[in-house]
Amino acid sequence: MRRHAGLTLGAAFLLLALLPVLVGLVWLPYDPNALGWEPYAPPSLHHPMGTDWFGRDVLARVMVGGRASLAVAALAVAVGGLVGTALGSLAGSLGRLADEALMRVVDALLAFPALLVALLFRAVWGPGLPGVAIALALFNVPFFARLTRAGFLALRSREFVLAARAAGAGGGWILRRHLLPHLASPLLVQATVALGAALLAEAALSYLGLGVQPPDPAWGRMLREAQAAFELSPWPAVFPGAVLALAVLGLNLIGDGLRDLLDPSFRRLSPPRPP
Amino acid sequence: MLGHLLRRVGASALTLALVALLVFLAVDAIPGDPARLVVGLEASPEEYRAARERLGLDDPWPVRFARWGAGFLRGDWGTSLRYGRPARELVLGALALTVPLAALALVLALLIAFPLGLLAARRVGGGADLATVGFAQLGTALPEFWLGVLLVGLLAVGLRWFPAGGFPGWMDPGAWRYLLLPAAALALPRAAYLARLVRGSVADVLREDYIRTARAKGVPGWRVLGVHALRNALVPVLTGAGLTFARLLAGAMVVENVFGLPGLGRLAVVAAGERDLPLLSSLAVAVGALVVLVNLAVDAGYALLDPRIRHP
Repeated sequence: MRRHAGLTLGAAFLLLALLPVLVGLVWLPYDPNALGWEPYAPPSLHHPMGTDWFGRDVLARVMVGGRASLAVAALAVAVGGLVGTALGSLAGSLGRLADEALMRVVDALLAFPALLVALLFRAVWGPGLPGVAIALALFNVPFFARLTRAGFLALRSREFVLAARAAGAGGGWILRRHLLPHLASPLLVQATVALGAALLAEAALSYLGLGVQPPDPAWGRMLREAQAAFELSPWPAVFPGAVLALAVLGLNLIGDGLRDLLDPSFRRLSPPRPP
Repeated sequence: MLGHLLRRVGASALTLALVALLVFLAVDAIPGDPARLVVGLEASPEEYRAARERLGLDDPWPVRFARWGAGFLRGDWGTSLRYGRPARELVLGALALTVPLAALALVLALLIAFPLGLLAARRVGGGADLATVGFAQLGTALPEFWLGVLLVGLLAVGLRWFPAGGFPGWMDPGAWRYLLLPAAALALPRAAYLARLVRGSVADVLREDYIRTARAKGVPGWRVLGVHALRNALVPVLTGAGLTFARLLAGAMVVENVFGLPGLGRLAVVAAGERDLPLLSSLAVAVGALVVLVNLAVDAGYALLDPRIRHP
């Protein structure tokens, strides 16, 4: 693979952002929920990111707070991507009527901010993580469905597909062996960028009090708690947001790099995704 | 042209009906018995059955959906459990804050995006271009509510240049000052995305033959860029701006909570927290309808601007 500055930079950023979370799986400097140090301490050698209003170590909370965010985002993209790709495949290969019907469903999903779906689920099931994960998965379905459908429509009259059909290949075979492999690169690009978007959306929901519940930390929730005491110490508001932004920036750069390297003919299929 | 528009209107109406159906099914799936809530736990089985009958709970769900949808179209959106007022009144009141906030953010974003994008496209690979691309990458990665928290902390709480939150109502002559910081927090990620779109589409247009012709005729550089190229680059940028509307609304709803603005986002969070389903479902349908209508308008505008779209 050719070297690509953006891709390298993106991978470095992502790794830097993931490092605290990965290290946190095996080692933590302190118990993230333990109280008792001096509150609002600025960053120091003992507390590299300072302490919050309860005197809890912000670094330990950042290390643990990323777990749920990353897990939920990854799960949402995986499930939403699979369902969306399946829907898009059906829409792109079943014929006009099914296409219209499926695309209307996709449009309807697209008309809902993930936030509203998550709030609806919060009213139904209470504020836990599953509702957030399902809302984010639903939110990812339309992007993958549209991409797959557009790819199918563009590919289905290409020579190699016609040749396969002429040679007697069935619809399922063509789908698995010819169409989907062609779309693997744009789908991978989409998944990378979608992961960044899902991280942002999860943090926004967590900021609003959905998902992980106190006293356990989550990046979004930490920002909300820090906002109340910003005047006393800005540090607890700076670090969780910075790590989150670094992870998203890394993912976006990787997505763009992959698009440039893997996907020259499909650049039009995976345009930059709106923030 | 008319046929294209009619088809789009039909598709939008269908999408809207699906939006309503999805909301209905989500709310309908909620465990709990409205009839039991109405009559209380001590009611006799006869009373309970009468309440179920009166509320129409024993009808099959398509009938209940049709009744609910018809009520919605008539303007009967139900009564909020939390506030005891008509949901329609509450939602429309909140929209009167959220829509201007989103519009202000979009205007700010366009004001930032166009100069940056044009400057970058003038010489792709140059210094201004690299700066714009860097800004675009950074801007789309920043969570808008984090920006909001930092802006409030620095400019409102720290320096006291702006009010830290709340909203005095539109009658107050200083009302706009309460919207400026939230709009700025919302605008930055979108400005980054739109600057990227402007850069891309202007750079594409600059490679066209008619641009070379204009240059050869001696049209000054700023005129080629600002008039000839920009006009043709406008379509994809405005479409992009329109299609981000759903995300813009969602962002506005989060940022409202950062700044304590009494808009849709605040209303939705309160409604979800209190399980105020009549309010939450009307709010969801209203937002869905708004997004569908804006997408329709973008589509129509697109067809008006670009004749090629009309005859696909």
